[in-house]
Amino acid sequence: MLSLSQLPVYTDAEISKINDPDLEQKLLEMGCTPGEIISVVRKAPFKGPIAIMVSSYMLSIRFSDACKIDVNTKDEN
Amino acid sequence: MKTSKLNIVLAGNPNSGKTTLFNALTGLKQKVGNYPGITVEKKVADIDIIGHNVRIIDVPGIYSLYSKSIDEKVAQSIICDKFQDDYADVVVVVADASNLRRSIFLLTQIIDLKIPVVLALNMIDIASKKGIIIDVDQLSFELGIEVIAINARKARGLLKLKDAIIRTISNQSDNYKTTLDVNKVFGKIILEANQIRGMQNDYASFLSLCGYDMGNTIEQKVKISVLSKDNELIVDRLQAKETVRRYKNIDIIISKSTKIVEAEGKYRATEIIDKILMHPFFGYLIFLSILFLMFQAVFQWSSLPMDVIDSLFTNLSSWTASVIPQGVLNDLLVNGVLAGIGGIVIFIPQIAFLFAFIVFLEDTGYMARVSFITDRFLKQVGLNGRSVIPLLSGAACAVPAIMSARTISNWKERLITIMVTPLMSCSARLPVYTLIISLIIPVDLYYGIFNLQGLVLMLFYILGFVAAIIIAFFLKFIIKSKERSFFVMEMPSYKIPDWKTVIYTIFEKVKIFLFDAGKIIIAISIVLWFLSSYGPGEKFKQIEDKWQDKEFAQENIASEKLECSYAGLIGKVIEPAIKPLGFDWKIGISLITSFAAREVFVGTMSTIYSVGDDDIVSIRERLRRERNKETGEPFFTTAVGISLMLFYAFAMQCMTTVAIVYRETNSIKWPLLQFLYLTVLAYLSSFIAFQLLS
Repeated sequence: MLSLSQLPVYTDAEISKINDPDLEQKLLEMGCTPGEIISVVRKAPFKGPIAIMVSSYMLSIRFSDACKIDVNTKDEN
Repeated sequence: MKTSKLNIVLAGNPNSGKTTLFNALTGLKQKVGNYPGITVEKKVADIDIIGHNVRIIDVPGIYSLYSKSIDEKVAQSIICDKFQDDYADVVVVVADASNLRRSIFLLTQIIDLKIPVVLALNMIDIASKKGIIIDVDQLSFELGIEVIAINARKARGLLKLKDAIIRTISNQSDNYKTTLDVNKVFGKIILEANQIRGMQNDYASFLSLCGYDMGNTIEQKVKISVLSKDNELIVDRLQAKETVRRYKNIDIIISKSTKIVEAEGKYRATEIIDKILMHPFFGYLIFLSILFLMFQAVFQWSSLPMDVIDSLFTNLSSWTASVIPQGVLNDLLVNGVLAGIGGIVIFIPQIAFLFAFIVFLEDTGYMARVSFITDRFLKQVGLNGRSVIPLLSGAACAVPAIMSARTISNWKERLITIMVTPLMSCSARLPVYTLIISLIIPVDLYYGIFNLQGLVLMLFYILGFVAAIIIAFFLKFIIKSKERSFFVMEMPSYKIPDWKTVIYTIFEKVKIFLFDAGKIIIAISIVLWFLSSYGPGEKFKQIEDKWQDKEFAQENIASEKLECSYAGLIGKVIEPAIKPLGFDWKIGISLITSFAAREVFVGTMSTIYSVGDDDIVSIRERLRRERNKETGEPFFTTAVGISLMLFYAFAMQCMTTVAIVYRETNSIKWPLLQFLYLTVLAYLSSFIAFQLLS
C-alpha cells in the first residue's frame, strides 16, 4: 500500500481508499472510484500539485491531498 | 412560476463543449445577464426550432447534482426545482465522448430524476481517434433516452439534435429507465421520503434527504430533516455510497456500448506538449515569455485603433460644438458627455486585445496548466491556482476580472483574489503612467536595446503584482475560514480554440466594461463638468472682464475660471492634505475627479492647464513649463512624478470596481475595507517616495 504522493511517475495503480470525506466526495463524482486505475503523469516542483490520469482524462490535485489517497500498485495484487 | 415557452436547458461538465453548442444553436440571439439577486452569469436565447418557440438556457458547468458553489447551485436548481422560472422542460446533457465515463455520471442522475433528457455526444470522431469506439444506438438503448452524436464546433448533427429534443418533449411517457435504484440501496427511508414529498420519485427523495432543495415546501423540508435525523443519516456517507454504486452501473453500461482500440499517434500530442509546458523549469520560463509577448503585442496593436478612436472623437466634438448653438447645452455635450464617452471608448482596443489573449489561452487549455504550475506559490499567500485568470485579466480591467474569480469555490481564496485584483495595473492607469513617465524619465537607451521609459513602465506593472502578493499574504491571516481548500481541476486536452467562442467572450467582456463602467464614468463626467464650469459668486464674470481683448484670453480665462470654480475650491481645500506628497491644488482636482475613474486624470489635467485638447505631447510641454511658486524651479520634479505614479498605482480610483466588489461579496464590509487599505497604501507610499526623493 502506497499513498498517491509516493507513487512514481507513469506507474499504474488502483485507487484503494480516500482518507478524507470532503476530498472523497469531490474525487468520487469525478470518477476516482475505488478500483479505478490511475497514474501520476506530472508533478509541479516544491511539492506542488500532482497531475493524474484517471478514466482517460487528466486531473490535478494538491500534494497534501495526494498523501490522503491510498493506492495499490499492480505488483502487490 | 414557469413561463409558457418551452425551456431547453444545456447542462454538462466544464470543457464538454457546452458553450460551443450554445453558440452554434443560438448565434447572436443570446442574451447575457445575471440571475436575480446573485451574480451568476445567465445566458439565454429565444429561438425557433422546427416550428416550436423555445428558450435555450446555458447553465454553469457541473460534474454532478451535488452542488457546492453558487454556480453549481444555480445549475442544480434549474434542473431540479420545478418552481424555478427557468425549470427545464427538457435537459440536453452535452458530453465529451472521449470522457464518457465521467460525463454520463451527471446524465444518469438527471435520468433518475425522471426528467426528459437528450444526450448530445460531442466530438465522437476525436474519441474514436483516441481509440474509444462508441456504439451510439446501444448507448441509447442502455440509457433509455435519445443519444445524438454531434460536433458542436463544426455545427454537425444539430438538426438531428433538434429533432430529438422535440421528439423527447412530445413523446413523454412514464417509461423511464432507472440507472441506479436508490430504493434497493437505501431501503424504506426512500419510500418514507416519497410519502412526505407526495411523489413517487425515488431519486428526488434521495437528493432531498441529502439536504438539497428539490422544490420542497418548508413543511416537507422540516419533515425530511427530522426523518434524516431519526435515521442518523450522514450525508457524506450517503453520497459516497451512492456515487460508487452509480459508477459501477455506469461501467456496465459503458462496457456494453464502447470498444477500446489502439489510439492514433497524434492524439498523444497533449502528453508531449505538457512535457514542455508543465516542465518544472521551462514551464515557468515559457509562461513568463508568453506574458511578456502578450503585453508587448497588446500595446503595439492597440495603438493604431486607439489613435483612430481619438481622432474620431476629436472630430465629433468639434462638429458637435459647431452645430449646436453656443451655450450651456453645447458645453455640456462637448465637455461633459462626449468627453466622458470618449474617455471610455478609447480603452476598448486594449481591453479587447488583452481579453483576446486570455480567452485564447483559456480555450486552448493552457490556462489550466498555468494554474497547475502556479498553485504551489499562490497557495502560500492564500490564493489558488485558479486566481491566475482574475489576476491576469486585472491587467485589462478589474471589473470583468473580479467577476471571473467565481470559478474559485473556496470563499476565502475567492475573497482574497477579489481584494487584491485592483492592484494589478489595469489599462486605465496606462495613460497616467505614459504622461508622467514621458515627463520625468529621459528617452535613453541602455545597452542599445532597453528603453528606460519602457523599463520604468514595466517596473510599475511588476510593482502592482508584487503588492497584490504581499497584501494577499496579510489577508491570509486576517480572513478567517474553516472551509477546506482544494485544487481539484481538470487539465483539458489541448485544442485549437474555437474562434466563435473567443469572439463572443471578447464581445461580452467589452460590453461589461462599456456599460457597467460607462454609466458611472458618464455620470461623473457630467457632475465634474458642472463643478468645473460653475463657481460661487461673481468671480467668473470678473475674470472675463479682466481678460477681455487681451492676448491668450481664451486659455487664461479657462484656467482662471477653473481655479475659482467649485472644483478649484475643493482642490484648494484638500491641498494641505496632499502637500506632503508633493501635490498642489491642481493635481488635487485631478485626484478628486479620478476617484470616479483613473482615466479622467489626463482629461482633467488638460483642462486645468488649459491646453485646449487632450493631446499628450501638448499637455507634457505645458506641464514641463510649470514652475514651483515658492522656489521658481520646475514643479514636475522626479519626486513629484514618482509620487504621483505611486498614488495611481495603489489608490482605489474606480467607482465601478467598488460597485462590482459590493455585488460579488454581497456585503458593504469588503469594498469598504478594500477602499480604505488601498487609500492608505497609496498615501503612505507617495508620502515616503516624495520625502525621500526631494
